[in-house]
Amino acid sequence: MPAGLRPRLRNRAAETHTMNVERTFGDTLLDVKNISISFGAVKALDSISFNVLEGQILAIIGPNGAGKSSMLNCINGFYQPQEGSISYKGSPHHQMKTHEAAEQGIARTFQNIALFKGMSTLDNIMTGRNLMMKKNFLWQMLYIGPARKEELEHRAKAEEIIDFLEIEAIRKTPVGRLPYGLQKRVELVRALAAEPDLLLLDEPMAGMNHEEKEDMCRYILDVNDEFGTTIVLIEHDMSVVMDISDRVVVLDYGKKLAEGTPDEIRANQDVIDAYLGVKHD
Amino acid sequence: MEILDLFLFTPLADIADSPIFFAEVVIGGLLTGVMYSLVALGFVLIYKASGVFNFAQGAMVLFAALTLVGLMERAIPLPLALIATMAIMVGLAFAIEKWLLRPLVNQEQIILFMATIGLNFVFEGGGQIAWGSNVKKLDVGIPDTSFEAGGILFNTFDLSAAGIAAVLVFVLIIFFQKTTMGRALRAVADDHQAALSVGIPLRTIWIVVWSVAGFVALVAGIMWGSKAGVQFSLSLIALKALPVLILGGFESIPGAIVGGLLIGVIEKVSEVYWGPAFGGAIEGWIAYMMALAFLLFRPQGLFGDKIIERV
Repeated sequence: MPAGLRPRLRNRAAETHTMNVERTFGDTLLDVKNISISFGAVKALDSISFNVLEGQILAIIGPNGAGKSSMLNCINGFYQPQEGSISYKGSPHHQMKTHEAAEQGIARTFQNIALFKGMSTLDNIMTGRNLMMKKNFLWQMLYIGPARKEELEHRAKAEEIIDFLEIEAIRKTPVGRLPYGLQKRVELVRALAAEPDLLLLDEPMAGMNHEEKEDMCRYILDVNDEFGTTIVLIEHDMSVVMDISDRVVVLDYGKKLAEGTPDEIRANQDVIDAYLGVKHD
Repeated sequence: MEILDLFLFTPLADIADSPIFFAEVVIGGLLTGVMYSLVALGFVLIYKASGVFNFAQGAMVLFAALTLVGLMERAIPLPLALIATMAIMVGLAFAIEKWLLRPLVNQEQIILFMATIGLNFVFEGGGQIAWGSNVKKLDVGIPDTSFEAGGILFNTFDLSAAGIAAVLVFVLIIFFQKTTMGRALRAVADDHQAALSVGIPLRTIWIVVWSVAGFVALVAGIMWGSKAGVQFSLSLIALKALPVLILGGFESIPGAIVGGLLIGVIEKVSEVYWGPAFGGAIEGWIAYMMALAFLLFRPQGLFGDKIIERV
């Protein structure tokens, strides 16, 4: 990425998010209605409803075991909810397979990084574009004509996103050898490589130091600004959540405790009692 | 001094005496090695694409050869029998995915390995129940004559085997490295969850991998079956593939080839020249000694991924 781009993006992110410029959103992208799922006697999610508008950043917070990851797993098809429905882009899905979710533009990252550790960074990222490459494998083996053109186009797009998240230097490195913070970033790049409409981030900043967290925040905001990607993220760091999200959903023991803007959540007595504890001011 | 003479001077003097004969021994070894490589390839494929050491690969070779011979005995012409056998191998890939891999998704690799041991027995038993257990002759029309070139004796069958293996390897390498399907296969081998999240359908991938492994097993079965007859001992050539894999590295297709060639040459050369020092028959165990040495000093094999542990 050219050096000049960094401050510009940082300023833009700062503009919209800290100077309280009114952010506008599109139609409802994701509508979650009365989702319930239980594992044996444990009710992981109990009739959860919320919706996400196009272009929004929604944070799901809650103590450990509140059902946050289960919620993401329902959205991208890892879990099939036992009750309720999820509509995405206006059409309801009762049962969505993971590859259908991916085909329809839902990409995600994981709490405990799920990368292909033996493959290079670039190969990892290219898997994110696998679904879009339609040429028959016989063509690809011959590496001629349309298949070659296709591969090159997708490589170019992957490079663009690599530039955007500033990981040019580690393109060829096997991902297993990278430090933790970089692996998290590669995982984000792979998710972005699919050019998703909806990006699900499960604790994108877990285990990072302060500086890495700041970088990651900036990348998330940049992605949202530049590509207009709608983002649903799970995060424990309250200052991060309050800074970057447009809306917050609070879960506790599988139930929805509250929903609102960061300011509303900060002031919500239920949340303070159940989750944030006694206010320290 | 006598020992030195036996192990060093006599064999080396023999080699120096008749270089043409030595060349013949080496070439014989290389060509046997190609046959080992063919079997080892099947293992590497499944290991690369699912991270599982498929214990049943040898039994698959036997099963494929038995099926082909069985069909030909029922007066089905060769091309038709080949297609039918391949169709059966693909059908088995579907069955393995449905009843073996799908219920075991996200399990430890050792559990999948145990499952393939079970699969081994199913293939061995099933093949013999269906087609009988007596030794059968397989003739697919590959010419088996000898000719001389430059004073060295060549066998057309061995050369054909080498050619077929070369083509197979070339195609497989391109498939793995250059296609989205190949990339998807490598991705699935690495991490199931991550593969699912980028929209790679696990089931399709597994079916493709096991079908390709079935195809390689069929090729190996045809080559070994025509050479040695189709019989139960075919499933034991899988044991010969083990040292090949340890030498070459479990996840490397070129490794399977180089490992196979090395083992073939070492076996033949040591048998001919060093055999007398040990009282003969060292062909049977020298490969395993090599494997042991490699496990001690270079456990990832010649071409395997370097093992790095982050702490």
